[in-house]
This record gives sequence, structure tokens and C-alpha cells, in this order.
Amino acid sequence: MSAALLLVQFAPLLGAALLLGLRGLPRAAIAPIGVGSVAIAALAWAWLLQAWLAQSGFGAAAEMAQAPSLHVPLWTWIAVEGFTVGLALQLDGLALTMVGVITGIGALIHLYASWYMREDPALRRFFAYMNLFVAAMLLLVLADDLLGLYLGWEGVGLCSYLLIGFWAQEPANAAAARKAFVTTRVGDTLLAIGLLLLWREFGTLHIDSLLAAAPARWGATPADPTLLLVCLLLLGGAVGKSAQLPLQAWLPDAMAGPTPVSALIHAATMVTAGVYLIARLHPLYALSPTALLVVGWVGALTLLLAAGAALVQRDIKRILAYSTISQIGYMFLALGAGAYAAAIFHMYTHAFFKALLFLAAGSVISALHHEQDLFRMGGLARKLPWACAAFVAGGAALAAVPWISAGFYSKDAILFAAWAGPTRAWWVLGVAGALLTGLYTFRLIFIAFTRPAPADAPQAHDAGDWRERLPLGLLILGALGAGFVSLPARYSLPLEDIPHPTALLLAQLACGLAGIALAWWLYQRRGLRDAQVRGWRAWARAGWGFDALYGALLVRPWQALAEANRRDVVDRAYAGLAGGAQALHRLVSRTQTASLRQYAQAFAAGLILLLAWALWQGPASRLASEVAPDVDSAAESAAGSPLRSPGGSTAASGPGPVTAPGTASAAEPSAATALAADRDTMPLAARGAGG
Amino acid sequence: MAVPLSHALALALALFAIGLLGLLLRRNLLFMLLSLEVMLNAAGLAFVAAGSHWGQVEGQLMFVLVLSLAAAEVAVGLALALLIWRRQHTLDVDSLRSLRAGEAEA
Repeated sequence: MSAALLLVQFAPLLGAALLLGLRGLPRAAIAPIGVGSVAIAALAWAWLLQAWLAQSGFGAAAEMAQAPSLHVPLWTWIAVEGFTVGLALQLDGLALTMVGVITGIGALIHLYASWYMREDPALRRFFAYMNLFVAAMLLLVLADDLLGLYLGWEGVGLCSYLLIGFWAQEPANAAAARKAFVTTRVGDTLLAIGLLLLWREFGTLHIDSLLAAAPARWGATPADPTLLLVCLLLLGGAVGKSAQLPLQAWLPDAMAGPTPVSALIHAATMVTAGVYLIARLHPLYALSPTALLVVGWVGALTLLLAAGAALVQRDIKRILAYSTISQIGYMFLALGAGAYAAAIFHMYTHAFFKALLFLAAGSVISALHHEQDLFRMGGLARKLPWACAAFVAGGAALAAVPWISAGFYSKDAILFAAWAGPTRAWWVLGVAGALLTGLYTFRLIFIAFTRPAPADAPQAHDAGDWRERLPLGLLILGALGAGFVSLPARYSLPLEDIPHPTALLLAQLACGLAGIALAWWLYQRRGLRDAQVRGWRAWARAGWGFDALYGALLVRPWQALAEANRRDVVDRAYAGLAGGAQALHRLVSRTQTASLRQYAQAFAAGLILLLAWALWQGPASRLASEVAPDVDSAAESAAGSPLRSPGGSTAASGPGPVTAPGTASAAEPSAATALAADRDTMPLAARGAGG
Repeated sequence: MAVPLSHALALALALFAIGLLGLLLRRNLLFMLLSLEVMLNAAGLAFVAAGSHWGQVEGQLMFVLVLSLAAAEVAVGLALALLIWRRQHTLDVDSLRSLRAGEAEA
């Protein structure tokens, strides 16, 4: 099994290395390497899954306690005094689920990308980044140490940045990449501080040891401020990566990347890393009810705000982006309610249907020559039947259409958990979000596919081949059927016993379906158009003004500061230093005249000066020390004698300075220097004598 | 014992001054080298006189050292003088200014 696990981790890494390293790779070989490496990882995962299931007795409930866990040490990464970090892969149920999503859906998206990007000149770079992303994401979920997790965490952040800005010729894309990078960096910094704090508390970042040690440390004191701080800092990292309030503003802009990137990174895998982090560390969060409450509220507020913003977007990719933020909000809500398995379950079904929706959106955009404006589409159901089927299946799962879609099972599990959670407000917000979800999802579907096309709509022409159809077809099956599968993650997470009252179920069902019906009535029946939006809708379209707020609070003051300091105030001092040194150097270099006689003259003059100094200074002090060999003893003896006694008891040492000046023969240089030499030691001695 | 130390030192001083003046005033490289020799010998004389005055052998030892130094210095100095002659056809040290970077060769 270890060999298969190593294959899972290193096949994409090798693919990335090959694609990055071999510059002269023929174009025909790029896609097979890029897609193949992830497909190999997916096959290795499938083998791991059956081996793991066989070992766990195919999910027999009795054996859940000893769910197998595979540990493959790689090497020691850091070893300094008292601080050792080993890099090791650890596969348990949770990691197995995550790896399945990453490699399985990742392979399908890679295959789709080989179609979508078929005409892009920078294909090699694209697949290199994609493979690198998959490798980093796998490290994130497989590392058994939080520092290894952090390495993967930063790796996916880097790849996300590179891929959002993949078409960086367009300045707006580069700006979006920068925004995503900087915003997630805020969260990453919080995460890093949280890790440092954990290290200070426990002296290790090894996840299992950490989770084993935490209850002993904090089990009795759930209000411990350090525990709360650690949990909130880790939550900060999760919020940044998963685009939750208040760091959600980067994800809609991240849609500037190629659509397969949006599907893989900004829908299925990377943005759920925050959910994974909290689920992985759930024993820690379980100790702090306050932290869980914060997690739940972050999710509840985010899901509603993002759903509202999705309702009024025009760009189909931005609708999906806000929908992703909203769905991850549901996952955070589940985490906050303590239903970790439900959160991971929703992460898993969401990966299917959101990847499907993004890929279908990619097909639409590609067929319409890069038209992304929803209100310039219409009647696409007949022209793009595959994309339409994919949108209907994905939309049904997103809107949680009962029984036949995967989203129904996972979202209902979350809503039940929210009902059983600390506050009923979560359930209300979740159900309201479900209504909005149905509304915005089917607004998109009705406008783009079933309504007659507007006059200015571009002509659609379907250029799909099997590389497009196969991923779409498989993901349609996944979006409809993935909810029937029991996840290996359940073995690694506590199974909560949540009541499923029928009344609740009916209420939830009614809300989801009402959203769809409302969408049909508003957009199909009444044919609502997107007239000049004003008021709250303009505000919601701008993402509830978060961009403007951050712009006014952070970006513009910073830019103003940078502008004010463009001539670098601090640098002035150093420039002055350098200028002074150069001036001095010019001055000194003028003495270098290349005239031998001038050098000799300078030499002679220096010699004479030196001799004069030595004659004046040297022999004089020597004479003084010959007469009174030890200055200190002379001082002592001078101090020892009564201060008022005229002359010293040792007259030869020269008269002491206290009584001296009149009697010393100032003409004699030796006496003068002796005086000078004594001046340092004398006052001290005199003070000693006085006391 | 015939010559007092002060006389010998005065002679050394005089020799040194002559050598120094020669070094400063002459332009011909050859004469400058000769002046250097005179200065070295003045120093040697002072060593010998002092050594004899204090009855120490180091004075003469130092003279031997000075002598060998002078020989080495003359060997290098004459070689340089020869090269300069070949190059410039003069031994006027002021002509060596043309070695300075950035100035045209004379």
C-alpha cells in the first residue's frame, strides 16, 4: 500500500517536474503527460481505496474504532536542537476521501482542460502549474505534520496565484491574481502564527501527538484564552483560503483564470482546504465551544451574503464563484455545529457538482467565443445539449433537489445539524440560503438555456469532442449519485447522532423547491430582464461593498503612503552616507598624482612629522617612567600622603598635581607629561583619600 | 673608543640628510637610487655606532640586514630603471607621470 501512496503523491509532482524541465517537449506530448500523471494518481488511489476497504472489513460498523491508517515516512525535513520535523504521508479515512476528490475529479478536469486549452500557446506552462497544484494539494491532505500541511498550503496558494494570472497579458487578470495572493496571505499569516503558538504550547506540530496532547492540556479549561486564540488563528487561515467572511473578496475576481482552473482550484479542492484543516483538527475545536460558535457564525453569515450576491451577478462564472463561497459557508456552518462528517460529505458532493457546473460553464463560454454575460445568452438548450444536461444536473444538486441529487443528502445533513446546533438562527439562515440557492441557480439555467436568445446574443457553435464529453458525463453521474456513497472519512471523524424530524425535512424541501419555482416564475414566465440595477441590488452585485470598503480602508491609504514615499525617506540617509564617502574618496584620490617626487616629498614630510612627534612624546614619557617606573604607585603614594603636605614624599616622582602646579618646572617636558599621565588616576585616588 | 657616539650619530644624521635631500631634489632615477643607498648606509652607520657604544653585537647584525636589503632594493630598482630607459629613453622621473590612468602617453 505504501508504494501506491507514494505513487499518488509523486506522480503529479513528477509530471510537473517533467513539464517544467523539458523545454523542448513536443506539443503532442504535453497533454498526455499532464493528464496522465493525475490519472495515474487517481488509479493508485482507486487501488488504495479497495485495499483500505478490504482492511476495514468493508465498513462493518464494529471495526470503525480501528479504522486503518497508513503511515509512510519520507525523510527528516528539519532537524535542529529540540525541533524535528519529519516529512511523512499519512492516509486515514479523511485523507482517503480528500485524495479521492483531488485525484479523481482532478483527473477529469485535467482531461477537460486538454480540450479547453487546446489552442493555447502556453499549454506546457498550464499543465505544469496544474500538476504542481495537484501535488501540493495532495501534500496538504496527506502530511502528518502541520508544517508539512503548511508547505502544501502555501504550494496551492502559489499555484492558485500562477493560474489566476495565467493570462497575465491582460492587466485585470494580473490584478486579480495579486488580489487573491495578498488576501489569502492575510489568512496564511494568521495560520502561521497559530502554528507557532501550537509549537510553543506543545513543542511539536505532529498532528496526532498534538491532538493526543490537547485534551490533557485544555480538556478541563474550555475557556482557556490560548486555546481560543489558537483556534481562531487557525480559523483565520481557513477563512482566507476558503474565501469566507471577511476574506471572501478574492474568489469572484479569481475567475479571471482559465475555467478548468476555476473548476479544480476555486471550486473543488483548494478552497475547501480550510474545511479540511478544521475537520482534521476537530478534537482541538471540540475543546472550545466558543471557537466552534465563531466558525458556525462565519459560515452562516457567509452563506447568506454570498447567495444574495450570486443572485444579481451577470457574469456566469461570478455567479458560480459566489455560489462556491456560499456552499463553503454551509460547510463551515456544519463544522461549527460539530457535524464534521456532514461538512466533509458536503465538501465531497460539492466537488462533483461545482466542478461539473464550472466545466459546463466553460463549454458555454467556449461555444460563445468567450462571452460570459448571462444576459447575452439564451436558448442554448438546443444548441449545447451536453452543457445543458450538465447544468441541469449540477444545478439540481446545488439547489438540493430531493432524492435524485447528491447535494440534497449532504445539505440536508448540514441543515439538521444546524437545527441541533447551539442556535436555531443557523438553521433559519441555512434554509434562507437554500431558497436563494434554488433561485440563483435556476435563474442562471432558465436565462441561459430555455429563454429565447436576445437579439445581440453571439452565435453558439459546439466544438466539443470526447475530451469534453467524458468528464461532463462522469461528473453528471457523480452530481446525481455521489450522495449514495458512504465516505471513508466517516471512519476518521466522530459520528454525530443528529435527529431528522420530518417536519424539518419538509420545510427544507419546500424552501429549496420554492426557490426553483420562484426562478421559473420570475425569469421564465415573466422574462425578467436585467434592467439598470439600483439600490441593494447594485450593492449586492458589488459583493456587498467589501471591495470598496477594503479599498478605502487598506488599499488606497497604502497606495497613498507608497506614493508619498516613492523617493524613499529612509534611503536618503544611506544615499547621503554613500555620497559623503564618494566625495571624500574624490578628495583623497587627488593626492594620487603619479609624480614620484611628490610621493617622496610626502614620504619625507610624513617621516619628519612622525619623528618630531616621537621626539616630543616618546622620550618624554620614557623619561618619566624611568624616573617613576609605575605611574599607579606614584599616584598611590601621592594619595597616601596628606593632601596639604607641600611637595610629595617622593619628590623624584614629580610633584603631585594637587599641590603641584606652582612648584613643577613647566619647562621640563617630562614633568608636564607625567602630570598629564597622572591626571587620569589622580581624582579617583584623591576621592578615595577624602573618604 | 676613539670616536664618541655623538660624533658618529651626527655623521649618520648628516649622511641621512644628504641622502634625503638628494632623493627629493634629483629627477634622475639613477641618482635617486644612489641617494637611497646613502640613506641606508646612514642608518647602518647609526646601528654600528650604537652597537659599539653599548657593546652589543646586534648593531652589526642589523647592518648586515640593511646591507642585504640594500642589495635587493638595488637589484629591483636597477631593473626598473633599465625598463624605464627602454620605454621612455629618459630617466627623468617626471616622465613617469604618463603612467597615470586616463592621461595620454607622452
